[in-house]
Amino acid sequence: MIRVTRKVEFSAAHYYHNPAFSAEENRRVFGKCSNLHGHGHNYVLEVTVAGEPDPATGMVLDLKELKDILQREIIDRMDHRHLNHEVPELAGKIPTCENIAAMIWGLLDPRIKQGKLDRVRLYESPDLYADCTAESNGDFTLGGGRA
Amino acid sequence: MSVQLKLSLTRRYRFAASHRLHSAGFSDAENLRLYGKCSNPYGHGHNYVVEVTIGGPVDPVTGMIANLGELDPFVEREVLDAFDHKYLNEEISAFSAQVPTTENLCREIYRRLKWFPAARLERVRIEETSNNSFEFAG
Repeated sequence: MIRVTRKVEFSAAHYYHNPAFSAEENRRVFGKCSNLHGHGHNYVLEVTVAGEPDPATGMVLDLKELKDILQREIIDRMDHRHLNHEVPELAGKIPTCENIAAMIWGLLDPRIKQGKLDRVRLYESPDLYADCTAESNGDFTLGGGRA
Repeated sequence: MSVQLKLSLTRRYRFAASHRLHSAGFSDAENLRLYGKCSNPYGHGHNYVVEVTIGGPVDPVTGMIANLGELDPFVEREVLDAFDHKYLNEEISAFSAQVPTTENLCREIYRRLKWFPAARLERVRIEETSNNSFEFAG
């Protein structure tokens, strides 16, 4: 099996806020991420697709097609947006790196027809990233929270 | 969503330390042959990068596997405070009886971090230099 990884970047704003918490609790749990004016990151997304190369083309999948999917599903949806206010797929969820990675998995998985989505790795900064994979022994995820 | 997703979170930390690769069971000549310039008796140093990966369910209240407000001080206390700007051979007790290779360093840091109470430790990966990395997943 071969794994193919494509990287894209997007810049977006977010904040962490659970309306069930008091202002003080939000500050205590989420720290400076709770600033309601929001703040932003340059997110780096690595999408890995696994499969056997097609003998006719030598490719696991057409990277141009993957590039178009990433443009349409990720960049057009999230680049230069406010994740709390402008991305309906995150409505009712706190836009943490974990939740965004899981949401991206949900967007990409049904659209990848050649090969199989193997891993979504989302860097919020060079020193922090979340990995999302689908494994039979995996934990239940898609943590909600209300944002 | 019916798919069972597995999520992990990885955080990168840094410390600078010196070490010497030298085994008391070998002669000086054997140490030199085995470890090369890494056996220089005065030691040498690296800017280590430590990647700590935690896994587990995402808390629906916070949207997080674990709060970095808990992970950062835990790693700071258990590893960075103890290792940063130290000579690993002399100042970390685990290396009085074993050579502080980065393989052994991975296991020692994993041992110190596996008690993190808020999530499961999945992996410790250490970059000794930008060209060498080692990882231990228990």
